[in-house]
Amino acid sequence: MKTSLQRRQDIKTDKIAQYERMVEIREFEEQINALFAAGLVRGSTHLCQGQEALDVGIAAVLRPDDVVLATYRGHGVALALGLTPESVLGEIMGKTNGCCGGVGGSMHMCDMSVGLLPTSAIVGAGIPIAAGAALAFQVQGKDNVGVAVFGDGASNIGAFHEGLNLAAIWKLPVIFICDNNVYGEYSRINTTTPIEDLHTRAESYNMPHFSLDGMDIAAVEKGMTEAVNRARSGGGPTLIEAKTYRFAGHSRADQALYRPAGELEQWQKRDPLKVTEEGLVASGLLTPEKIEKIKSDMKVRMQEVIETCSAAPEPTLASMFENIWTPVKASK
Amino acid sequence: MTAMRFRQAIVTALADEMRADSSVMIFGEDVAVAEGPFKTSEGLLQEFGPLRVRDTPISEMAFTGAAVGAAIMGMKPVVEIMFMEFLGVALDQLVTEAAKLRYLSNGTLSVPIVVRASCGSGLGFGSQHSQTLENWVAATPGLKVVHLSDAQSAYSLMRAAIQDPDPVMVLEPRILYGERGEVDTSLKMTIGQARMIRSGGAITIVSLGQMVNVCKSAIEKSGIDVELIDLATVVPWDRAAVLNSVKKTGRLVVVEESPESGGWGSEIVATVTAELFGSLKGAPFRITTPDVPVPYSGVLETRYVPTDDDIVRQLTHAIGTGEKPKTWWQLEGIKK
Repeated sequence: MKTSLQRRQDIKTDKIAQYERMVEIREFEEQINALFAAGLVRGSTHLCQGQEALDVGIAAVLRPDDVVLATYRGHGVALALGLTPESVLGEIMGKTNGCCGGVGGSMHMCDMSVGLLPTSAIVGAGIPIAAGAALAFQVQGKDNVGVAVFGDGASNIGAFHEGLNLAAIWKLPVIFICDNNVYGEYSRINTTTPIEDLHTRAESYNMPHFSLDGMDIAAVEKGMTEAVNRARSGGGPTLIEAKTYRFAGHSRADQALYRPAGELEQWQKRDPLKVTEEGLVASGLLTPEKIEKIKSDMKVRMQEVIETCSAAPEPTLASMFENIWTPVKASK
Repeated sequence: MTAMRFRQAIVTALADEMRADSSVMIFGEDVAVAEGPFKTSEGLLQEFGPLRVRDTPISEMAFTGAAVGAAIMGMKPVVEIMFMEFLGVALDQLVTEAAKLRYLSNGTLSVPIVVRASCGSGLGFGSQHSQTLENWVAATPGLKVVHLSDAQSAYSLMRAAIQDPDPVMVLEPRILYGERGEVDTSLKMTIGQARMIRSGGAITIVSLGQMVNVCKSAIEKSGIDVELIDLATVVPWDRAAVLNSVKKTGRLVVVEESPESGGWGSEIVATVTAELFGSLKGAPFRITTPDVPVPYSGVLETRYVPTDDDIVRQLTHAIGTGEKPKTWWQLEGIKK
């Protein structure tokens, strides 16, 4: 099995591998519902169908030694950054093969070998932490960057405003990516927020900002490259608003019945998988037949992942007592 | 031994750690140019420069979170919460992020941050600037909680906190900043280890923070042969030291500068009672503040916090009768 780092390198430039990763994320998320129905997944889970281009685009531009703070809607980011489907699903199923050994669950993915800090279940919490990681890079004289990925709803929480302000005055090498998928939990963004273009909030912090088409991986890579280059060269932070759409409800309990009729269908016309497929076919890299093959192979692959994770051992009772504090070293 | 004020012991500890370890950095509100509202970072900007000593906006959530991120990536940030109450707006980053990230990374991450905060009553700062509030963070596995009581513990425990690989909350009684004490800078203290202030056979007092001085004064006034323990660390607290002492004395009183309900002292009393029930000579009890916000008036604030006279009264009663003494507000008929 490939390591997270190898999987990360796979998608650095290879357009087909990037597309395959997007298909992997889609198929992965589709399977979660079935696993819930089968009683194999506990608690809640927050799916990211519709946001695959954003997740893979971010991962393609960043280096593995950059760090990413993402959210409870984090399966896609984790897979894109390189975590294996086994380590993500194993965690969701609470098994020892999960990236957190089964103590984290669906909302907590982590793998430092590819720069994924623990994803947070608290809206906006990753924003100051990403700024802090960037602060460390700045003090250490490194050119790594910190990245916070968060939803549209997070643009209304204090951590967003405090974090952006701090990053701006200290010119920290950090990229703030607001994944505007139109809904914050069960509420449409226009009912909770008086502006449509959330990236303009960066004006208050004298911070460069722009929006991009989050359904198009090429647009994501272009915008990310601009922001990352600025951060690496000492130009400070950027706020990017990626316009996407959350194809699923907020969480398992949410059937998203509040959506206006036709809205989902309208966005599905720009399904990031479809957009990518059209591009790849047009450029001659893939044919419709090959695309079908990729999708059917992925279904088979995901069933293998489910079998592996189902068979993986449950955690020992002693494991819950581990990793509270760092083992004590001899004092200086 | 060097005579220094409590606040100077803090600055000295910070400076010594910054010299010893280039990953130590300091930030908070007015800690750099102004050298700290309580002068606890005097000279640090000048010696260590603006990369490692930084003023922040009034954004506790942002700078506490930034400390978490910087700590994960190899720095050892010390942040200053000017008044402990301001931690309220940053609590998420300490309790829900810093305390959990080692657990949620399968043990691959450590978060070596120190969150310093001035705390406590006695200076007329009123109800929103005078609480101790260690109880806010004491029930959060993943955090360590230290409460300083004099210049020596300020120096030695501050260094220990900075060297610690995990998040440590350090409470600094504001009323002590100007107090002088002898400091041995070669003396190491360990987080989780209580300090034996005075040996005695009649009763064990467990206390910490500014209450340690009040207890000392009470012991002097009473003439009772008290064993006084400065707990120093609330989490993880030194069970062995407390249990061994009460095994010897058979009696326990905890003196706390925090409200009667939900205090850390309840944990001590519960543990001692359960472990040593058969050998106790009297009921373990607590001397606390009443369940009220810290009042402003000097007359009221002086009585809000346990006084030496009241401690003497309660000790005498407990040793004489073996029963729990009444609180002053019960005696005064104010509240049952």
